[in-house]
Amino acid sequence: MNAPAPAIELRNITKRFGAKVVANKDVCLTANRGEILSILGENGSGKTTLMNMIAGIYFPDEGQIFIDGEEVVIASPKDAFDYKIGMIHQHFKLVDVFSAAENVVLGLNEKEPYNLKTATERVREISEQYGFELDPTKKIYEMSVSEKQTVEIVKVLYRGADILILDEPTAVLTPQETQKLFAVLRRMRDAGKAIIIITHKLHEVLSLSDRVTVLRKGEYAGTVITAETNETQLTEMMVGEKVNLNIHRSEPKDLTPRLEVHHINCSNREGVKMLDDVSFVANAGEILGIAGIAGSGQRELLEAIAGLQRLDSGAVLYNNPQTGKMDNLTTKTPLQIRELGVRLSFVPEDRLGMGLVANMDIVDNMMLRSYRRGHSMFLERKKPKELAEHIIEELQVVTPGASTPVRRLSGGNVQKVLLGREIAASPTVLMAAYPVRGLDIGASHTVYRLLNEQKEKGVAVIFVGEDLDVLLELCDRIMVIGSGHITGTVDARSATKEEIGLLMTKTAAAEDGGESHG
Amino acid sequence: MITSFISTSIPLGVPLLYGSVGEILTEKSGHLNLGIPGIMYVGAISGVIGAFLYENACGNDLARMNPWLTVLIPLLSCIVGSVLMGLVYSFLTVTLRANQNVTGLAITTFGIGLGNFFGGSLIKLVDSDMPSIILTKTSSLFRKSLPFADDLGWFGEIFLSHDFLTYLAIAIAVVASFVLTRTRVGLNLRAVGENPATADAAGINVTAYKYIATGIGSAVAGLGGLQYVMAYANGVWSNNAFGDRGWMAIALVIFALWKPNMALIGSFLFGALCNVNNYIQGLGTATQELFKMLPYVVTILVLVVISMRKKREHQPPAHLGLPYFREER
Amino acid sequence: MADMQKTRHREPLLHIAKRDDMAPWKAWLIRLTAILIAFLLIGLVSMALTGEGLGEIYSTMLRGVFGRLFQGKTSLLWTYLQRTAVLLCLGLAVTPAFKMKFWNCGAEGQALMGGLAAMMCMIHLGHLPYPLLLIVIVGASILVGAVWGIIPAIFKAYYNTNETLFTLMMNYIAIQIVSYYVYLVGQGSGVIQPVATGNLPTIGNSKQLLNILIVVALMIVMFIYLKYSKQGYEITVVGESQNTARYIGINVKKVILRTMLISGAVCGIAGMLLVSGIDHSVNADTIGGQGFTAIMVSWLGQFNPYIIAAMSALIVFLESGAGKVADTFFLNGSFAGVASGIVILFLVGCEFFIRYSVRIRRARKEETV
Repeated sequence: MNAPAPAIELRNITKRFGAKVVANKDVCLTANRGEILSILGENGSGKTTLMNMIAGIYFPDEGQIFIDGEEVVIASPKDAFDYKIGMIHQHFKLVDVFSAAENVVLGLNEKEPYNLKTATERVREISEQYGFELDPTKKIYEMSVSEKQTVEIVKVLYRGADILILDEPTAVLTPQETQKLFAVLRRMRDAGKAIIIITHKLHEVLSLSDRVTVLRKGEYAGTVITAETNETQLTEMMVGEKVNLNIHRSEPKDLTPRLEVHHINCSNREGVKMLDDVSFVANAGEILGIAGIAGSGQRELLEAIAGLQRLDSGAVLYNNPQTGKMDNLTTKTPLQIRELGVRLSFVPEDRLGMGLVANMDIVDNMMLRSYRRGHSMFLERKKPKELAEHIIEELQVVTPGASTPVRRLSGGNVQKVLLGREIAASPTVLMAAYPVRGLDIGASHTVYRLLNEQKEKGVAVIFVGEDLDVLLELCDRIMVIGSGHITGTVDARSATKEEIGLLMTKTAAAEDGGESHG
Repeated sequence: MITSFISTSIPLGVPLLYGSVGEILTEKSGHLNLGIPGIMYVGAISGVIGAFLYENACGNDLARMNPWLTVLIPLLSCIVGSVLMGLVYSFLTVTLRANQNVTGLAITTFGIGLGNFFGGSLIKLVDSDMPSIILTKTSSLFRKSLPFADDLGWFGEIFLSHDFLTYLAIAIAVVASFVLTRTRVGLNLRAVGENPATADAAGINVTAYKYIATGIGSAVAGLGGLQYVMAYANGVWSNNAFGDRGWMAIALVIFALWKPNMALIGSFLFGALCNVNNYIQGLGTATQELFKMLPYVVTILVLVVISMRKKREHQPPAHLGLPYFREER
Repeated sequence: MADMQKTRHREPLLHIAKRDDMAPWKAWLIRLTAILIAFLLIGLVSMALTGEGLGEIYSTMLRGVFGRLFQGKTSLLWTYLQRTAVLLCLGLAVTPAFKMKFWNCGAEGQALMGGLAAMMCMIHLGHLPYPLLLIVIVGASILVGAVWGIIPAIFKAYYNTNETLFTLMMNYIAIQIVSYYVYLVGQGSGVIQPVATGNLPTIGNSKQLLNILIVVALMIVMFIYLKYSKQGYEITVVGESQNTARYIGINVKKVILRTMLISGAVCGIAGMLLVSGIDHSVNADTIGGQGFTAIMVSWLGQFNPYIIAAMSALIVFLESGAGKVADTFFLNGSFAGVASGIVILFLVGCEFFIRYSVRIRRARKEETV
């Protein structure tokens, strides 16, 4: 007897963005009915891009997609619905002022006339069938993140999907909510649906899925049966072999504590805890790396230090080298921090949306930090112009001139402008979030060199990165953050990728068994 | 006196009701159409032109005029004129993604100009002594009220003594309210105004919804202009007589919290607010002017209160005034 | 089956994408083309309506603006320049707010309140010595205009109240207040006779020249303020990205309040120029809708004072020119509104071709199964 064809099969899928970026290369994958398949990979390994091609958001450049053994073309989300494919995106697509039931039936072309009551009933039925706790009449804006996710799942089920894709569904959930979600997913598997779940949390992969497909840097790294594998093997598949980048690293000297973070906690607007009792010390004269899955609280941590994030509790202290005193930066605005004489530079993740103004030219962007200087009510553009020209020359920024709007520069040149400005303020603390993201090798090495120079000058450098190879070669110490929680700090000279990979995928929940909370 | 106060307030509210229901339908698709005041002028003048031509074609003889055509011709020409204006607005803001505020204001300038231009030209054409066009014959049909209204005392005067466009306005408001809250089309339309990206992902044709909502909204608003000329003003068009009623209709949208059934109540309240100065004894002309600002003051109060209370159901459509471009997701 | 799917999944015919940047000369070429097409359209419409030739129409328009300039009579030109100046003044007033992405649609009301303040000083404080009276008039109109501007700003800054709707409503409150005052002072006649006290000084024989000079000065000051002052810089940053503003420690609320104070104040000046400088009286129609036109002018002028000046000149040219055409050929005067509406709509529409590129997509090659 022939085994039934897989619910969905991808053969040699390749997707490029522009000429250079290859998001997926020759990726193959099969998912069967009555099975949960995990797709595992680091940030930027192409998991979401791949799934978006199944959901009809992107269209593959090469390769074939088969559903139940027949080749298909999926060119729009509607096509995907027609093939009973449903995707639950990381960013929910819901109308806030609508109730759950209204969101579920939105855009449907059912034969029978619209009736909110029957729709509500059907949503309730589906919820009961799979064991969701969902009030169909509740408005989305009154819901917690996990409730919103439930609405998305019900929406997909209501449309009759039997191939379900979930993009990092646990990233926003508490451990208890995660357990509930997993119970639901298992029930749906037992009901004969094919379920694909994107994740990078190893223990979830091991406890939930039947098979695991691993992607690494956009390429297919293999598929294993969960029962026959373990954390170490998966980590190795995920991070790959160590690549030597030849980043110069000097020995730190004269280490003195510069910035002390004591037990800080903060929550986002939805009330989800983003930082959970974070404490650490950043020393002058070293590069402290911060590793972690994207969205684990890195942004909140840096913004908390920079005075842009309200803290629920805890303190940020600055050891002022000029006065020798400790300054308390907690609850201070960025302006107040500067007025204290704290020279804190910050290269944020969102370069054009926060660090720079895209429509202003390089000179005006230079002034963002310094325009207040002096008593005149007019701007002084001479020095910023000199600085802009200096940075253009020193860092080899490719631009028609200093009066070009930064939005017209390429990613690497934008970063040089931003980093150049932040360094020009001769900081004592320099924080950089993903400073080499999207940069080519040459520009990346410029960034490494600049950070090293700052470290040698005795600046406390904090480097948030995603590429473990870079973190291991550039930093002196690496602090790993997972779900807003520091899961460990290692010596970058002796640690291995696997070690950090394991710390990254460890969450507070997985830890609860071993450690007790103080 | 209360009876007469109520029955004279209602006609004042009807153009506002048309205008605001039209604007609500448009705003629900995420488009703040500040061209509504201009579109109401165009609706009115289109109807006037239609009626004028028909009256002339019949030699200004009521006996030769077919009563159905007398009503239908102005009605249809009003709708055609207003929808054309709505199409210009949606082409610019939906397809060409132009700034909605600027486009709307330009449509208003253009529409009021068109209204007064054609109005003025017609006046010159008939060579009248008065600066107005008088379409009493057409108007007499538009103003027909229920024959037994007079026999029913105060009840008849308040509820039954009005022209058919008044009842049509109420019907449109009720239907609009039903469509918005109880039908799939209404659900989809509201989604387009709240979150077009989500609507798009759910398979809703965002562009079509925006065009159709703006078109229907313009037609409804245009009828408000027609009702004003044919019924309220007894078929007399004079330039600028319609005044700022279009802006008051936009104010009413806020007051009604973007709900057509609330607009129904609000329009008659606004009508009463505009009327109250005539019924308070001993007001000077100056003080009467102060009373006329009441609708706007009330609107601002409502606007401030809803923004302070932040109750989500009472906010403007979340995507109001913003263009939607799929590839910016 | 496969064929059916292919047709269903065809990509849209037109591909619309955001342009990176268009060379300024190209953008201006597009705008100029739009203006020319609009002028042509206006000419053709006038032709159809009047039966005159195109040449006659355009020369009549020019005569409407420049009058018998070449025969030594300049009064029409003065009026043209003065009307341009007032529109420009209002356009300048709303510009800082727009640059901050605060949609101040209340210039009409802010200017009218400024004008009312000037009128009240002229009537009730006419006994003051002339120089003092002038100072009081200027101060009062600036103050009242600013107050009218800052009220919506307070609610925007603290409660995020929709400023477009708020400022719109404030216009009509201002109009009713002025009507009230006019009836009060005009003893029920509904007209205030021109007042002789507190008029702005005339230069030579022209009562327009001072107004024009003041607005030109304002234009230069506004250009410098927006481009070279620290406050102007903050306005730009807040308008471009509130996130960046937060990052560098700008107090966004303070900037919103301060900018609307300025916006309202300049509107107040415009009202004062009209009342104290030209009309010597006030009524609900003193601003005459120019406050609304100013919104369009500022936007079309891309928030650059000099381009706003050019746009004001264009719009007033149209209004005067089309008015003259209407007058000469016995059309209705509202033809001016139609004409300026056409030009503005064309200019608004043509921005699309500057910001987006449109290309026709070639059909994708059908893949063989």
